[in-house]
Amino acid sequence: MGIELYGVETLQQILGWARKYSMFKQPFVTACCGMEYMSAMGPRYDLSRFGCEFVQFTPRHTDLLFVVGTISERQAPVLRRIYDQMADPKFVVAFGVCASSGGFYQNYAVVPGVDQIIPVDVYIPGCPPRPEQVIDGIVRLQEIIQAGETHSQKELRQLAGAKG
Amino acid sequence: MSKAALQAVKKKFASEVISEHSQHGDETLVMKADKIQAICEFCRDDPAVAMDMLSDLTAVDFLMQGRETRFEMVYHLYSTTKRHRLRIKLPVGEAKAEVASVTGVWKSANWMEREVWDMYGIKFEGHPDLRRILLYEEFVGHPLRKDYPIAKRQPLTRREDPVENIWEQKHILTGPSAGAHFRGSYDTE
Ligand code: SF4
Repeated sequence: MGIELYGVETLQQILGWARKYSMFKQPFVTACCGMEYMSAMGPRYDLSRFGCEFVQFTPRHTDLLFVVGTISERQAPVLRRIYDQMADPKFVVAFGVCASSGGFYQNYAVVPGVDQIIPVDVYIPGCPPRPEQVIDGIVRLQEIIQAGETHSQKELRQLAGAKG
Repeated sequence: MSKAALQAVKKKFASEVISEHSQHGDETLVMKADKIQAICEFCRDDPAVAMDMLSDLTAVDFLMQGRETRFEMVYHLYSTTKRHRLRIKLPVGEAKAEVASVTGVWKSANWMEREVWDMYGIKFEGHPDLRRILLYEEFVGHPLRKDYPIAKRQPLTRREDPVENIWEQKHILTGPSAGAHFRGSYDTE
């Protein structure tokens, strides 16, 4: 492998610290979970305390994709396209059981978990999840980002390794 | 309250009526499917009936219920001036699952008939634009028919492996709609 740089460890730590507290998110809200998402974003539970404040409605300016609600088969290509448009490194949270596994929908119309379409880093269970669970999920995601273990970061490292 | 409406329709189309019943004050006429357009026109235009609103149009699949005809069309009519309701049901066979469209009588029937076509595969003769409305064009079959496999999915897109090769676009987009909600609006090429 390539040259070992002095201080790379520290640099990665600083980068991880910077990334985990400045997540821009793109909510992909399709169903009832959206209500709980609003509650988690609102002043009472206030996700911005955890460095997860900024909501952008354009995928090109975001690094965290919140998949909130039921994803139907017809919507799946649109979700995939939004994921493809996001900047690297990008993280994905499946919010609620519908996004995580299809939930109680077992039928012709609903995707059984968005991980069939895009890689998911954190799953938040619940129908809908309580805001506390959402906060817990965000904190978990921050731990994974700091450790550099999200799917996107791992893939980036692999690419860099293949080049070097 | 809608007894008068029911009697008026019954008097006019006596030969078409198969049966009638009433539950909790909701009058229902079961009629032959052939003259549905004329019946609907009469319901809308007759001053005593005056059904100016089609509140719902749907169908039921009676597979394996021991009925002669598999499907049943249901029309829910409402009069905003007289404030009464009437329900008309038509038995529709499986071999020729086709009824005349009532889009000419109430414009709102357009999308409802498309939905019935999408979900049950009942054709509407004379419908101006009979396409699928909720599902995509690539979908095969009609999911609300009772013989559609309960968990059969027809995905538009899937990753071969959702975790490996994030940047390789392995998802497949097929067919004319390719999952876009409105045809053509996602075409950037
Ligand atoms: S998980 Fe429950 S609350 Fe959330 S979108 Fe699905 S059905 Fe609605």
